[in-house]
Amino acid sequence: MAELKFHIYPIESGFHGPKRPTPSPDLIAKYNYANFKPFKNSKQNSDEYIATAAKEIRRDIIRSLVEAKSGHSGGPLGISDVMATLYFGGVMRYDPKQPWMESRDRFVLSAGHMAPVLYATLANAGFMEKKELLTLRKLNSRLQGHPGRDMGLPGIETSTGSLGQGMGIAVGMALADKYVSKNDHRVYCITGDGELQEGEIWEAAMFASHWKLDNLCVLVDRNHCQIDGRNPDVMEVDPVADKWKAFGFHTIHINGHSIPEIRAAYAEANSVKEKPTCIVAETYMGHPISFMNDDYRWHGKPPNKEQAEKALAELE
Amino acid sequence: METTTKTIANNEPLASTNGMKPKFELLGKKATRFGFGEGLVTLGERYENVVVLGGDITGSVMTSYFQEKFPDRFFSAGIMEATATLVATGLALSGKVPFFASYGAFAACRNTDMLRISVCYNDANVKIGGGHAGISVGPDGATHQVLEEIAITRTLPNMTLVVPCDFTEAKKATVAIGEFVGPAYIRFGRTDTPMFTKEDTPFELGRAQVFREGNDVAICACGPMVWEALVAAEELAKEGIDARVINVSTIKPLDNATLIAAAKECGAIVSAEEHQITAGLGGAIAELLVKEYPVPMEFVGVHDTFGGSGEPDELMALFGLTSVTIIEAAKKVVKRKS
Ligand SMILES: Cc1ncc(C[n+]2csc(CCOP(=O)(O)OP(=O)(O)O)c2C)c(N)n1
Ligand SMILES: [Mg+2]
Repeated sequence: MAELKFHIYPIESGFHGPKRPTPSPDLIAKYNYANFKPFKNSKQNSDEYIATAAKEIRRDIIRSLVEAKSGHSGGPLGISDVMATLYFGGVMRYDPKQPWMESRDRFVLSAGHMAPVLYATLANAGFMEKKELLTLRKLNSRLQGHPGRDMGLPGIETSTGSLGQGMGIAVGMALADKYVSKNDHRVYCITGDGELQEGEIWEAAMFASHWKLDNLCVLVDRNHCQIDGRNPDVMEVDPVADKWKAFGFHTIHINGHSIPEIRAAYAEANSVKEKPTCIVAETYMGHPISFMNDDYRWHGKPPNKEQAEKALAELE
Repeated sequence: METTTKTIANNEPLASTNGMKPKFELLGKKATRFGFGEGLVTLGERYENVVVLGGDITGSVMTSYFQEKFPDRFFSAGIMEATATLVATGLALSGKVPFFASYGAFAACRNTDMLRISVCYNDANVKIGGGHAGISVGPDGATHQVLEEIAITRTLPNMTLVVPCDFTEAKKATVAIGEFVGPAYIRFGRTDTPMFTKEDTPFELGRAQVFREGNDVAICACGPMVWEALVAAEELAKEGIDARVINVSTIKPLDNATLIAAAKECGAIVSAEEHQITAGLGGAIAELLVKEYPVPMEFVGVHDTFGGSGEPDELMALFGLTSVTIIEAAKKVVKRKS
């Protein structure tokens, strides 16, 4: 039988201005971005290596946000250990030189506002030059405020930013592979815990377990914070792990800042058959910056120049 | 943040050609969302059955003002716009006047089904505030820059749709939809935009207001584009084109009489909105005039594309949402007249 062929990888299609923004040469020099060598992705990498990558991701988040003068600090900093493990602990299969190779694992950041951590991770993995991080949120940047597939940035599988939607898209990707293309790829999705209030999450969860999507692994960034306050003050989401269990997921509850625990959880997810997995990762919003840690007021604002210097010093 | 478009040069009062209509001058800049927030407080003070549902962005769409003043009538709904809309319907069917506000991207687009069947088909007295409207949202990017909700909400039977032109009108419009019985949607913006109407500037739900007299072309605008239209009209006057400026703040129901009169007396129309040119304010006017009194028409708005990150003023200029584009459109449509 014939197959209908079409472009399924993102190509640049949006028009956001006549030319790309230019990153500041001073900052490129200050951060030594020109000489940067990407981190390697391997199961053999030590926990220390992954921790080093996580620290660099956090520095890049701060550097890009202070330049952007708007954007989200808290969630991205809190989820950096998970992202570093996914991309540098040999969990995800990818090749920055062939970003759209068919056998790649898919990554969906359902909580699209956490874009800065995704961009920082992709740059550290070699999907783009690091200096591009300094163009975050600027006119015609490929680094849109929320991930935009229309910019064709390698590593961005889907646009997200309307909470609750990425999870369903991840389910669709997992479904496509398990039952149709059978390339044996896995789909990794990250949601916020406030995001769990959206009904779409639970509809997608029901769908995923009904179709026994054991190639899907969702991770909940359990930082107990959202915009207006701590989760219970806005809308209680607990018991989170029990909810996923009730929806038919294999559920693992971990410390989201412990690289060994994150590695073990992803390895366990890999071995589960006939069920999707949900990892509930306990994190702190803004971790480990002293003046941001566990403070919901850092959900959606960038550090100012002084705060950025302080944060970067803490990340030395 | 400096947010107005580059075309707004100074604080010069904008003269009206015949002195019949109020002169407008730039009184400052403030986002329409603050007018919405203050309007809710006024309603809360006047009516005990006005209640508000929060959507985890209360400090952004300014329902926080109501929450501070009337904590007993404020209910946090978390991040579940669809369900919040349904809960609002239940509240309305129980005699309350519920307002639910979120970003328009979610309050209108995600919610269309809920608005259509539960709110409008029930003719439930639900009020929806749709914030972060248009491209002027800025760096958050396309996902948050909603450009489609005028089209969506104005096609729903029983719905009333208001797009206030500035802070002061937003406050009046919020109170007006609260006092009016029936489903209503109010569209407001995130970014500080010119304030130019006053307490005594005419405003009435369902009425388009002529803000400037003129008989060569009628510029029909809503939201922050009304100020741009006034600026454009002054420039056009220098070139001998006398433009009428109409503030079409109620898009549904449309003020047919004022618009048909404009078509008859001016013979050419320009619509201007921070929205897709398809099915928005321009579409509504075209639907009316093509039947009642067809005249040449030009559309200023976003041309079938998504937005993107950037500063509000550079985006407004890039996407042609300034007086400059209105002036070009007006000249073009005047040429097409004969
Ligand atoms: C559908 C939708 N509603 C509202 C928002 C606005 N919003 C962006 S992030 C956020 C809070 C998300 O909380 P959580 O998932 O816990 O992320 P965290 O604050 O921990 O980063 C909200 C309400 C949105 N982006 N999408
Ligand atoms: Mg959270």
